[in-house]
Amino acid sequence: MPVIEIPTEKWSGKVREITLGATTAEGGTRTKTVTIGGETTLPFLHFEGNIPHPPVIAVEVRDRAPADWSSILTQAWSGASEDVVAWTQAAEACGADLILLQFSLHNSLNADYARKIFRQVLEATGLPLIVFGPGQAEQDNEILVAIAEEGKGENLVLGVCEDKNYRTIVAAALGHGHMVNARCPMDVNLSKQLNILINDMGLPLERIVMDPTTGALGYGIEYGYSVMERLRLAALQGDSMTQQPMLVTPGEEAWRTKEARTGDGLPEAWGEWEERAINWETLTASTLLESGADVVVLRHPESVKRVRAMIDTLMNGN
Amino acid sequence: MALTGIQIYKLLPASSKDPEVKKHGNCKECGFPTCLAFAMKLGQKQAELSQCPYVEEEAKVQLEASAAPPIRLITLSANGHKLEVGNETALFRHEKTFYHQPGLFVRIKDSQPDAVEVAKSVADYAVDYVGIDLTLDGLVIESAGGDFAATVAAVKEAGSLPLILMAEDPATAEAGLKAAQGTESLLWAATPDNWEAMAKLAAQYKAPLTVRVDDGDLNALAALAEQVAGAGVENIVLDPGVRDYSRSLTTFTQLRRLALKKNERTVGYPLIAFAGDDPILAGQHIAKYAGFVVLDKFSPGMVYPLLVMRANIFTDPQKPIQVQPGLYEINDPKPADPLMVTTNFSITYFAVANEVESSGLPGWLLVADAEGMSVLTAWAAGKFDAERIAKSVKENGLGEKLNHQRLVIPGHVAVLMGELEEELPGWEINVGPREAVDLPNYLKTMWG
Repeated sequence: MPVIEIPTEKWSGKVREITLGATTAEGGTRTKTVTIGGETTLPFLHFEGNIPHPPVIAVEVRDRAPADWSSILTQAWSGASEDVVAWTQAAEACGADLILLQFSLHNSLNADYARKIFRQVLEATGLPLIVFGPGQAEQDNEILVAIAEEGKGENLVLGVCEDKNYRTIVAAALGHGHMVNARCPMDVNLSKQLNILINDMGLPLERIVMDPTTGALGYGIEYGYSVMERLRLAALQGDSMTQQPMLVTPGEEAWRTKEARTGDGLPEAWGEWEERAINWETLTASTLLESGADVVVLRHPESVKRVRAMIDTLMNGN
Repeated sequence: MALTGIQIYKLLPASSKDPEVKKHGNCKECGFPTCLAFAMKLGQKQAELSQCPYVEEEAKVQLEASAAPPIRLITLSANGHKLEVGNETALFRHEKTFYHQPGLFVRIKDSQPDAVEVAKSVADYAVDYVGIDLTLDGLVIESAGGDFAATVAAVKEAGSLPLILMAEDPATAEAGLKAAQGTESLLWAATPDNWEAMAKLAAQYKAPLTVRVDDGDLNALAALAEQVAGAGVENIVLDPGVRDYSRSLTTFTQLRRLALKKNERTVGYPLIAFAGDDPILAGQHIAKYAGFVVLDKFSPGMVYPLLVMRANIFTDPQKPIQVQPGLYEINDPKPADPLMVTTNFSITYFAVANEVESSGLPGWLLVADAEGMSVLTAWAAGKFDAERIAKSVKENGLGEKLNHQRLVIPGHVAVLMGELEEELPGWEINVGPREAVDLPNYLKTMWG
């Protein structure tokens, strides 16, 4: 009888370990912290390395009720999405590890408003927070600087840093002891370059989460998938600038697609709307977890439940 | 795994221990000056072994075996539908590509009253994705106390998809194979208990045979596959008997690595995976190395995303998905609504279409044939110039659908404005934003 020798890879590199949030003892107010990264092997391959921390789920909440979200989503939060405090509490109750507070672009958006909303969310939950501006440089810088100050000691993740706008956000993180999310458009070298630029400003690599961007299922996921596999392989081979834990936003991407957003006037072959929409989000997320995501940001509570179940069984396996 | 030129050289006449063979060393009859030169060409697959009249039998066997793919290609077919799986050469799609999409099968039981109905809906299912018809690949019929042969015959009659016959009792399996005659169906499964009878059936009916063990025991799997191969069955599929996420990922990864990196022939076959009714598990199997994925449920809201995911993962990284060039309608546009042009690179198209669509604004999107490149790349390569855009405008019968002659071009190709006005007399060319994300705002403010 042949004896099969299992081929294992001897990786020399390790993903950086990063802890989000700070408890009272650590100078913050969180009831728990969340540590990500630390892997010395490819996703969930426990037989050849360590995976000290499971990938985690962040749930996206908005400062105000999103006008353009699919009714499937707003119904799933049964009214909680009208109010940021109720929404945050509902997100924690449905099993979030982290809360991502995403500000929308509107006329009332300014530093004072952002401080107030941030304060409400901070008090509504004990989970560590990620805070993203609306994605316009001017507003991002204004509110993130204010929130960095307001949340001093909380060990927040601030974003989004992109090559065209990162300096002010990084400086705010530096000044108040936070971390940043560094986003690049699906490219290995651009991701490394942005990590280097941010690191050059003095922010330690232990405080940078890398966001390689992704497309939803059917809308370019294969690019994100392969870029993440390449980044993770490079990290395990010892390339220091690729060793940041990875955050991706499958919820946002999936719920932008027609498949998830739309229920009427579609081909019968698309199937039942809610089933399709949730599968769109969960399959986008699970595919990215299999290629190396450490944080997935989701939108639908049922997706949180299903992705959680997947992570649990992959982490508790042999 | 392919041999290197030097390894091949050691098998050619110049290296032979037999003087009768060695005297033909470097004879040049193959057309190359030396055996070493010929070996190098063989290694690069630029020569055929048959060009050497003196190569020894034993060397021939070794060389031919080394040329065989590390994962055997398995073909199933029925009534003109053909499915090929296996023949993969990469662990990660970016290394080269994944060649053969895993077959997606739906399982029905012979005891199930609606077996034939389900089979029909599976066979009839098709969904359009960027102009490609995505379909399921076959049906698994499980012996579960009903009339196996009759169900196989009825399902074969009802649809035209390849079958997997699930029966471990050899008599039942044979009845199924008889009923499935005329198709190339996969038999499931030979186990340590029944393999002799099953191997005999597989050889007799020329059916590919699944080899199954319990609990991911790879030694037992390799041993059984070797026995079955020794009994004359060439076309083998492996079922390592794991059904959960973690052990499936581990076992399937190990089997793919054994085949590709260790050239372990005993397990160089496609794998079959059972995902139950869990789309996330099915997705894992698609990305991580299954040749066949069996679902226990047919539901369009589940198979549509799975088929799209499979199409995405199995896209050749060197040949991005292209969108059919033409005029696309977004949010039921009227003749007066804006007309935009972009390229037929799928991601470019989706970026633009998605932004406009989610803004709720109606518009016409003209997709020009830019050979699947993004706007800037295509422009730099001369595949998205004024001439091509003008051609696209003229070919798509815009006059019948629009009541204006105003075209928004991507901001990145603003330089084309003048040339386009010459190519398209009477048209007003507007320069839109550089990024798709700014389109809704542009349309709201600039179009009216």
